[in-house]
Amino acid sequence: MSKRKLTIAVTGLNNTDNPGPGIPVIRGLRDSEEFEVRIIGLAYENLEPGIYMHDIVDKTYQIPYPSAGTEVLLARLEYINSIEKIDVLIPNFDAELNTFMRSADKLKKMGIRTFLPTLEQYEERHKSVLPEYGEKYDVRVPKSKAIFNASDIYSLNDDFTYPVMVKGKFYDAFIAYNTEQVKMHFNKISSKWGLPVIIQEFVKGVEVNVVALGDGKGNVVGAVPMRKQFITDKGKAWAGITLKDDKMLEQTQKIFSATKWRGGMELELIKTNDGKYYLIEINPRLPAWVYLAVGAGQNLPEALVKLALGEDVKPYENYQVGKLFIRYSYDLICDIAEFEQLSTFGEL
Amino acid sequence: MNINRNIAISDTGFVFDPSSGDSYSLNPVGTEIIQLLKKQKTIEEIQVEIVSKYEVDDVQLEKDIIDFILTLEQYNLIENNE
Repeated sequence: MSKRKLTIAVTGLNNTDNPGPGIPVIRGLRDSEEFEVRIIGLAYENLEPGIYMHDIVDKTYQIPYPSAGTEVLLARLEYINSIEKIDVLIPNFDAELNTFMRSADKLKKMGIRTFLPTLEQYEERHKSVLPEYGEKYDVRVPKSKAIFNASDIYSLNDDFTYPVMVKGKFYDAFIAYNTEQVKMHFNKISSKWGLPVIIQEFVKGVEVNVVALGDGKGNVVGAVPMRKQFITDKGKAWAGITLKDDKMLEQTQKIFSATKWRGGMELELIKTNDGKYYLIEINPRLPAWVYLAVGAGQNLPEALVKLALGEDVKPYENYQVGKLFIRYSYDLICDIAEFEQLSTFGEL
Repeated sequence: MNINRNIAISDTGFVFDPSSGDSYSLNPVGTEIIQLLKKQKTIEEIQVEIVSKYEVDDVQLEKDIIDFILTLEQYNLIENNE
């Protein structure tokens, strides 16, 4: 059977020590039995490694940062689409999702399909409103508080006992053992990611995650639980293993049924020693470890593309337990001419 | 006393707990004991089996087996129903 040819644009080519999901998403698509994909990389910075991985990414275009505004981004995408005729676009950064969600209709008019959560779904799962989310959907979450001002730090003692987690609204999380450390992390995080900064109760236990895909009708198309086996100093999984954990899958199903989540998601949970699960974060996209799910038998990037194309997807029911991923670093050797080409013309 | 459901034990003594992702390596005697536990043998039956194969003092063996079982319990690998 000949494979369908599709052109798919993907962001998140920053396959660094804090990796974006772009490259693993593409690897899933390239493993597809149904599609033959041409991959268009969309890069913000000119040293995102994926730009130079020519066996993974066919062509890369630089795109403007979300802060440049939606119109500028759409104009750039219109130009790229006039050349590449993109079928599906998969954004992979939390910080850009809002822009792409707001632009979904305009992109569709250009012939570019996406499969993203609704704005309401996206907004209500923010870290800053996690307590409300927990209450609304009956999910156990750690106590947390969004703070907008450094002076609020001094009143934390009323509500929290140390240590606490200090988190940025998009990325970064640090543990703080006293007021001074909270202050230091608050300044660092707020200057990088803006406000609010979230203070969260520290829950002791094992960090476990689920990668899942929702069809927007309340069904889980696929879900794979994983435990981080090796964590970098940035808190990123550098190795992980698939788990057999029915409670995590039930929790995922419960959240998807209640929210009718549309698109990829990563649930971050803490499993305490007495077997309780605390939801600490919901990332509104496929995570950088999604290729583990592909390796365990669930090609979620492929399923996401089919959903974006409006096709029915049979939910995955199984995956292999005990599959490991182990990340590694690798030096790409590139000629300066490639860097010059991208930096000068914005495409490579 | 039952080995927890789903725990995978290989002939080489590699034990994998799929619910936690933890894995352990046992020495040959540990492997034998865990295989006997899997067959629902009691501590007394395990003792008889091990004594018949190895030169070991009864009292010391009982102590070692109990220690080993407590360790398995601590790692949630067995449930002690007795």
